[in-house]
Amino acid sequence: MFAAENGLKGDPRLQAISNAIRVVPHFPKQGIMFQDITTLLLDHKAFKHTVDIFVERYKDMDISVVAGVEARGFMFGPSIALAIGAKFVPLRKPKKLPGEVIAEAYELEYGRDCLEMHVGAVEAGERAIVIDDLVATGGTLSAAIRLLERVGAQVVECGCVIGLREVKGQLRLNGKPLYILVEPREIDGC
Amino acid sequence: MASQDEQDPRISKISSAIRVIPNFPKPGIMFQDITTLLLDTKAFRDTIDLFVERYGGKDISVVAGIEARGFIFGPPIALAIGAKFVPMRKPNKLPGEVISEEYSLEYGTDIMEMHVGAVQAGERALIIDDLIATGGTLCAAIKLLERVGVHVVECACVIELPELKGRERLGDKPLFVLVSST
Repeated sequence: MFAAENGLKGDPRLQAISNAIRVVPHFPKQGIMFQDITTLLLDHKAFKHTVDIFVERYKDMDISVVAGVEARGFMFGPSIALAIGAKFVPLRKPKKLPGEVIAEAYELEYGRDCLEMHVGAVEAGERAIVIDDLVATGGTLSAAIRLLERVGAQVVECGCVIGLREVKGQLRLNGKPLYILVEPREIDGC
Repeated sequence: MASQDEQDPRISKISSAIRVIPNFPKPGIMFQDITTLLLDTKAFRDTIDLFVERYGGKDISVVAGIEARGFIFGPPIALAIGAKFVPMRKPNKLPGEVISEEYSLEYGTDIMEMHVGAVQAGERALIIDDLIATGGTLCAAIKLLERVGVHVVECACVIELPELKGRERLGDKPLFVLVSST
């Protein structure tokens, strides 16, 4: 669900966040209009609004785990975790986490990849959210949900700054709600 | 680093929240795992607070964080002190125009990149990473920022491995760490 359709209609913070995102055409390859959040991180007010909106939503939901997907999920997740009093759990590419891990494979456009989480980071019964910068097909987020559910955590929601509306991400998210702040920016004059 | 005589009482809890993993990524290395610190909500909060207390009100407009664990500590600090966050990344991750700096690894070299236009000449910056070992990565980050006219005020890490002499490698750039691990 988009924030603007779910309680934040007309909230000026959403426009500020959207305006701060830069579109980089043809990255990583021809035809992709890449939504670059690094410009959002340079805009202190808009970056703060981004974190604040997620914090306002999750602070009273009894969430004890914020899981963030490497690497851009790391830029948003910890600030949310700190503000709501939850742990931050990094979900990483293979071989980055030093301790014992569990792994979940997922499909890419071409080939497969794998997401890992430390054993013992999350306990059965904990209420968790997953944070990433953007959801496209939902493949990565689905793998994240499966990792958390395998250890008995309850995934309450996935939160992303940007959601590609035309992709039916909802179907790939194991029935878990998806909360998205903004749609992708169009490039001007293109 | 924080003086031993008057060590902030929060430091010992931070230190004990860090897990050591022997022989990762290879035999002989005692890996300092900060993921357990991130699970301890008070110790993680204290970590950020210690940096914010040091850097707030010092006219710092840029917090540069080194991929990937610098991305965990840098943004909360940046948000609290009113600075921008600038990710310093491995090659081909940043989508826009970048400047690059090559640096030495134990075997071979690697490259660090920063977006063109992220920072302006004259800005005052901090560089954040979870740990300083030899200092090679931090030196590359310093060079990238200085090349575009930024003044690097200090490098800040949660952990220092003093035997690897990273502090010396930084030369005249000050280093602030919370925990020194021998």
